[in-house]
Amino acid sequence: MPRKLMKGNYAAVYGAALAGCQAYYGYPITPASEIAESAAAIFPKLGRTFLQAESEVAAINMVYGAAGCGQRVMTGSSGPGISLKQEGLSYCAGSALPCVVVDIMRGGPGLGNIGPEQGDYNQVVKGGGHGNYKNIVLAPNSAQEMCDLTMLAFELADKYRNPVFVLTDGVIGQMMEAVELPEPVSEFPDKSEWAVRGTADSRHLINSIYLDHDDLEWWNEELARKYALVQKNEVRVEEYRMDDAVIAAIAYGSVSRVLRSAVDLARDRGVKLGMFRPVTLFPFPNEQVLALPDRGIKGILTVEMSNGQLVNDVNLALRGKMISDLHSRMGGNVPSALEIVEKVSELYGV
Amino acid sequence: MAQKTVLRKPRGFIDVYKHKPGAEKDRTHYCPGCGHGILHKLIAEALEDFDLVEKSIVISPVGCSVFAYYYFDTGNLQVAHGRAPAVASAVSRANPDSVVISYQGDGDLAAIGGNNILQAANRGENMVVFFVNNAIYGMTGGQMAPTTLEGQKTTTTPYGRNIRTDGYPIQMCELINQLTAPVYIARTSLHDMPNIRKTRAAVRKGIQNAMNRKGFSFVEVLSMCPSGWKMDAVQSQNWIKENMIPRFPLDTYRDNSDQPYTVERPVPIMDPEEVRKILGFGSLKTANLRQNPDAVLRKVALRVSGFGGQGIMSTGIALANVGMEYGYNVSWLPSYGPEMRGGTANCSVKVQEETIGAAECTEPNMVIAMNQPSLEKFEKILVPDGVLMYNSTLIDIEPTRKDIKVYPVPITGMADELGDTRVQSMVSVGAFAAVTGMFDPGEIKSLMPVLFAGKSDKVMKLNEDAVQMGYDYVKDNFS
Ligand SMILES: Cc1ncc(C[n+]2csc(CCOP(=O)(O)OP(=O)(O)O)c2C)c(N)n1
Ligand code: SF4
Ligand SMILES: [Mg+2]
Repeated sequence: MPRKLMKGNYAAVYGAALAGCQAYYGYPITPASEIAESAAAIFPKLGRTFLQAESEVAAINMVYGAAGCGQRVMTGSSGPGISLKQEGLSYCAGSALPCVVVDIMRGGPGLGNIGPEQGDYNQVVKGGGHGNYKNIVLAPNSAQEMCDLTMLAFELADKYRNPVFVLTDGVIGQMMEAVELPEPVSEFPDKSEWAVRGTADSRHLINSIYLDHDDLEWWNEELARKYALVQKNEVRVEEYRMDDAVIAAIAYGSVSRVLRSAVDLARDRGVKLGMFRPVTLFPFPNEQVLALPDRGIKGILTVEMSNGQLVNDVNLALRGKMISDLHSRMGGNVPSALEIVEKVSELYGV
Repeated sequence: MAQKTVLRKPRGFIDVYKHKPGAEKDRTHYCPGCGHGILHKLIAEALEDFDLVEKSIVISPVGCSVFAYYYFDTGNLQVAHGRAPAVASAVSRANPDSVVISYQGDGDLAAIGGNNILQAANRGENMVVFFVNNAIYGMTGGQMAPTTLEGQKTTTTPYGRNIRTDGYPIQMCELINQLTAPVYIARTSLHDMPNIRKTRAAVRKGIQNAMNRKGFSFVEVLSMCPSGWKMDAVQSQNWIKENMIPRFPLDTYRDNSDQPYTVERPVPIMDPEEVRKILGFGSLKTANLRQNPDAVLRKVALRVSGFGGQGIMSTGIALANVGMEYGYNVSWLPSYGPEMRGGTANCSVKVQEETIGAAECTEPNMVIAMNQPSLEKFEKILVPDGVLMYNSTLIDIEPTRKDIKVYPVPITGMADELGDTRVQSMVSVGAFAAVTGMFDPGEIKSLMPVLFAGKSDKVMKLNEDAVQMGYDYVKDNFS
């Protein structure tokens, strides 16, 4: 397959273009700006819409509008901008509008810094806006996956009529790797049942208001049923050297890349460490995590660039069968393979 | 014979308000004497008269007109508070042939959505905005709006609006008239029949402009809110005449509807063959791993570091590109943001057969140091037996470690000799090839069209010479 060297941020836009994304609305923020920049470079050549919105608030509402018209549409940002998008995301979920949001996480809270972090986990995975909704969340760990999972994000967004996040951090957004470009998508789902196109047959209503309490309860239950279906069908994980592992380390995104190095380093030292990587954060791989103790795993270490947000989900999944330890780095600091291996030795005496 | 008058709703309205909950599906939810209903009717009539009902899309805001979608027999989107112009922008771009109507109250448009309306106006989005100025927040029970008059009592200005603490009533027409893009800006009122007729004309002009792709039209309508103002219908009409109009003069502030300009929007290219071509699939090569059996390093974990402007990033990218073309797995990770502005920049490059884990080279086996601070910083983290290549043109200290291989190479000097300091990157690449034995210069040169896509033959030739010069220097001096 032909390959092209590109940043993760670019790869996401290539993925979007290949998935038939017709419009990009966004506002610049480091370390996500190359998403807007590459969309500005690529989309007009494809006759697609690129617009630099006046704010992230405007951008997500433009996404709402485009999605309501049946377009495949994307926006991208980082922590502070994602915070601003939360109301709009809740509207998208409440109105069952498919859309794709890329979050290239940086250090927080507040203005924090522009180093890589994973502190947006809760606000993205738990559905950070108001009301009972969830985002589907994919967590790429390479430029290739930025392309592939962005394409998948569009597919899932349409399949479930729900916002889908591509959640990663500054390392994956900024790094360049070889990307094999997949074939462009040529068949798109029929949205004529609900999309507003300014034609006689498309005079539909895009709306999240249900004044009647019973109606709104019904709608919330519908959403819950949808999320149960997503949980059942869409879990994706990656494992590395787990077959004979005694200690499992869990991480997503760029940390899982470090973990891969850590696993090799540990094995060189005779420590049977394996990597367990959730590729989907919602749906979280609950069953797979719960099964770890039965696979001969004696200790679980969650490694994250946040203050214990991922480990909470790991421990919920474990249901008390075992308790995961936490190795956490923050503020833009990336854990090294060596420090992970040393932590494993210290915790589990191996 | 008695005259028979047939009353019917304009076709712009849905016959039975099916989206409206409850029993009363034939009347609106607005209070008696409210201006919203009158404006709705003027819009619905215009849509019928211009045969636009089927082509139109109405954006319902948050405010008393949140339920505008109960009534209009058009496409409808209900949107977040204040964001109607942002949503409408995308809707209009998605459906360039449709007539997009953003219908907003004063809280919605002038307070929470103040920036959104200005920016949509400034972009000249093809839409018509109907702005209902009733000087109050009707829906939430009569709080102060940005348009509330000086001294006006509301639930949040119980002693009257104080301009010293609450500011002045905002005049949106005047504000938007400061922008170049809008085609039509007018303020009218609904307080009596002559003014309703003028409003009717303005509504029709705005809608026609959207239909004819003229761009952005803004119609502000002074509108009664008897409930919010705690008055009856007649008192409300008088209150507009006596109190609102002096502050909000009725006028056509701009009318460029006759200008020849029309808004054009692109047609998305979706054909896979076309998409592949435009994204440059054609020029991509398929690489097979090619290895030099004499290579000193087989698995490169490299740090390149130096001043911003020394081509640090491009050296790394070039090496990653060459590695990729040779069929290796590669990664390139820059230091990004303020770190770059501080003067020094560095990047991590990995080139290896195996899948790459961490992209950052925390323990590099090779360092290219282009300036002294870089040498001092990265010499320390080299693994034992690692390779340190440094720019001897600019660095006059010696590395202190004895357990590493050292290659002083006058990188800047050679580039200057070639007449262009910018070719330092490719001198480094050539020297790298010689030090590691991973690549040969001929193949790197054959990759110039990839590395310098779109650049002139002269630039490519110069960089080919740079590669050769760096390569030869290492071969001649360190064999
Ligand atoms: C984000 C958000 N903030 C506040 C509200 C509450 N709210 C609903 S309507 C409204 C004021 C609307 O006033 P205006 O736009 O003047 O419309 P009117 O009812 O007067 O026609 C407010 C503050 C909301 N729905 N959303
Ligand atoms: S509160 Fe005011 S604006 Fe709202 S419906 Fe009643 S009269 Fe109209
Ligand atoms: Mg109002």
